[in-house]
Amino acid sequence: MSWDIAGRTLTSRFFLGTANYPSPEVLQQAIVASGAQVVTMGLKRQLAHGSQASDFFSLIKATGAQLLPNTAGCRTAREAVTLAAMARELFDTHWIKLEVVGDEHTLQPDPFELLSATEQLVKDGFEVFPYCTDDLVTCRRLLDAGCNILMPWGAPIGSGQGLINPFALRTLRSRLPEVPLIVDAGIGSPADAVQAMELGMDAVLLNSAVAHAVDPVMMARAFRLGIESGRLAYEAGVMARQDMAVASTPVTGQPFLL
Amino acid sequence: MNSKSSFDQSAINAQIHINVNGSVQTVPRMTLAQWVDRTGVLPSALATAVNGQFVPRTARDGYLLKEGDVLTTFQPIAGG
Repeated sequence: MSWDIAGRTLTSRFFLGTANYPSPEVLQQAIVASGAQVVTMGLKRQLAHGSQASDFFSLIKATGAQLLPNTAGCRTAREAVTLAAMARELFDTHWIKLEVVGDEHTLQPDPFELLSATEQLVKDGFEVFPYCTDDLVTCRRLLDAGCNILMPWGAPIGSGQGLINPFALRTLRSRLPEVPLIVDAGIGSPADAVQAMELGMDAVLLNSAVAHAVDPVMMARAFRLGIESGRLAYEAGVMARQDMAVASTPVTGQPFLL
Repeated sequence: MNSKSSFDQSAINAQIHINVNGSVQTVPRMTLAQWVDRTGVLPSALATAVNGQFVPRTARDGYLLKEGDVLTTFQPIAGG
């Protein structure tokens, strides 16, 4: 079933990162297997003279996926705003995954710099996809600043811990029912993605869980199925949990046999 | 930004030191667009900033590098 985000209609709810794959060919196959229509990319301070950089970029473009460049490595709003402008020129898109990290150990987003960067980028015409924590008030401030989308973390980047605070994500879904929510970072296995989608998240963005799998292409497909399954379950309505057993086989009216 | 009309020959002949991605280069005075051309990298395959300020591709021709400029170039890479 299709859905709309930032002016685009997508059929996939899987956003895939492009880093750390064993080879460009495996990455390309993983993108196809994932069904992802949005892929993330980065920028690096470098001046590579060979064709490696442009070949890689061409390979990604050939998939036809929407590009979502990031501002990874930025520590201040000023850095992020500059890098976003560069990304818009290089990737020819006004979509930007805004990352402004405030702690080196956890790579936790800095909410203050994130907000400051968002305010400027929205003025500059960007569609900001903010990588943020799952804090409700921070998320509200980002929306007030002009974000139309939120990307709360599931767990620290690359940790594979899954959803460390499902309560917070459930709260976001409940309090911000109309806002597209994309869980970004921390997903380890397809079960985590299923859980995120069952909570009502609109999409999942992940990278390491596929790239670091023994078979990234097969894992990409596993996540694709998991995300589709989780979304179907959310739309179908998961049954309420019960503290006690409730017999599933009707026994009323049956004779007592022993 | 410098305008093209402000360039004079003596300025263009002078050698200047610029910092490119952390390394010092000694180059003739030239525009940022000329510097990019000398790298051999497609102008559309890199983004540039001077002294922390983004310089769009369309503005490179109008920026004359000067002594001490800190030039940063970025290129697309894989990312999460």
